[in-house]
Amino acid sequence: MSLLQVQDLTVSAGARELVHGVSFDLRPGERLGLVGESGSGKSLTAMAIVGLLAPGLTAGGSVLLDGQQMIGRPDRDLVRLRGAVASVVFQDPRSALDPLMRLGDQLAAPIRRRAVREGRALSSAQLRAEQIRWLDRVAIPEPDRILRAWPHEVSGGQRQRIAIAMALACGPRLLIADEPTTALDVSSQAEVLDLLGGLVRDEGLSLLFISHDLPVVARICDRVVVMRQGRAVEEGPTARVFTDPQDPYSQGLVAAARRLQSALENPA
Amino acid sequence: MRRNLWIGAVLVGLNAAVAALTLVWLPYGPTEMSGGRLSPPSWAHPAGTDRLGRDYLTQVMIGARIAMTVGIGAALLGGLIGTTLGVLAAFARRGLDDALAATLDILIAFPTLLLAMLVVAASDGASLWTAILAIGLAMSAIIARLVRILTKRVLAQDYITAARCSGLGWGKITIAHILPNILPTVMVAVALQFGLAVIAEASLSYLGLGTPPPNASWGQLLQQAQSTVFRAPMGVIAPGLALISLVLGINFLADGLRDLMDADEEIQP
Repeated sequence: MSLLQVQDLTVSAGARELVHGVSFDLRPGERLGLVGESGSGKSLTAMAIVGLLAPGLTAGGSVLLDGQQMIGRPDRDLVRLRGAVASVVFQDPRSALDPLMRLGDQLAAPIRRRAVREGRALSSAQLRAEQIRWLDRVAIPEPDRILRAWPHEVSGGQRQRIAIAMALACGPRLLIADEPTTALDVSSQAEVLDLLGGLVRDEGLSLLFISHDLPVVARICDRVVVMRQGRAVEEGPTARVFTDPQDPYSQGLVAAARRLQSALENPA
Repeated sequence: MRRNLWIGAVLVGLNAAVAALTLVWLPYGPTEMSGGRLSPPSWAHPAGTDRLGRDYLTQVMIGARIAMTVGIGAALLGGLIGTTLGVLAAFARRGLDDALAATLDILIAFPTLLLAMLVVAASDGASLWTAILAIGLAMSAIIARLVRILTKRVLAQDYITAARCSGLGWGKITIAHILPNILPTVMVAVALQFGLAVIAEASLSYLGLGTPPPNASWGQLLQQAQSTVFRAPMGVIAPGLALISLVLGINFLADGLRDLMDADEEIQP
């Protein structure tokens, strides 16, 4: 059974429709990429799935997340469904963390919530052990210093890793990553990407990975949905879409990525 | 660089100390006719006496207590109501938010004096509490408008969406993330409003809408001394100087606080 089933999802701002009936599904443990240029509706699609559209935007159609309908439900019901099923990592590491809260406190919040949800008592020693374990899992050294630090005292790559740790610490089964590496420099980009891929595999999570960057998606996803102007124009296994794209737009995207690749490899 | 903060703290501290002192000690009783009518400054009466022979220094000291009480009371009331309304407006649905924002704009356009007259008319008469209520309400509209914008700015941050997605409810998000992030700015705004509240109180009692005699506030002292300003100028100078020292002190303090927070903000990207 699918963990996530999206049927004819629409997102509109007033009378204007921005996403026109997108459908796809995601099995447990599968890693799906949503690819498209900015404005193609990929982020809107992702936010509609967890019921977190910005005010003024409304979603239609059907989204079944772990068997629960997410569209048209009051926010109060959704709060309980989120976290347990899905969590998100965003693009901008500067706004991913609360600037006025120590990193340790921020990381503690999802760990505590998960313990409450699972009905476990959590001693302060256990909490600390969990915090250190999560920092270790996202490959952050010097946990003692980091837990006491403020967000502005660590690098963008480290902030993004902590945001990932926070997203995973609440124990979701689906991780939504919205351009999580776009704002990072190239070397931390590769590190964070490999880390994310590894964690998702180890935890047996499903991943919905949103990006405009084809090589990045090829590196981490099993399957891709190509979006353009609010429509899904192509869907298929990553290898097939990248070697043999059917839709003219996907063909253009792949060709552009190849040209860039060869230009980088064989500078004139 | 921290000079503003220090000057402000000293001036406000002085006024607060005098206000506290009046609770336990006064040179003369507030209604005691202790000297000749309109006598000039002397050792016994450093600021002279009024036309009934009451000591001016005593009255100015009591005025400090009233100014501090109304200022703090109105700042607390305005800060609390304003922050609550502002956060609620930021969370509200589009239509309700627009309605609240429009109401706030109307309230801000409404003169504080007129509002005070309404409050006085609606209650048993002018008192310390009507002054606090009127000034606090007027202040809450200004604070609410600021808080609404600040909250919306925090709400647009990714960590809020991430927290919501990980199953945190609005109540907890407000306490854990929104209030700490808007508080520094709100505090500076409330401090600035505190200064305006002291002036508003003086204006109200000048018009007879503040605290009733014998606990005269500075505005009332100014009004009473108006007719004898040339024979006994201290009656205007003493409460005037006191008012200026407190308002200036508060504004310096607010400026200093803002500089302090700007300096902090420069460290944080």
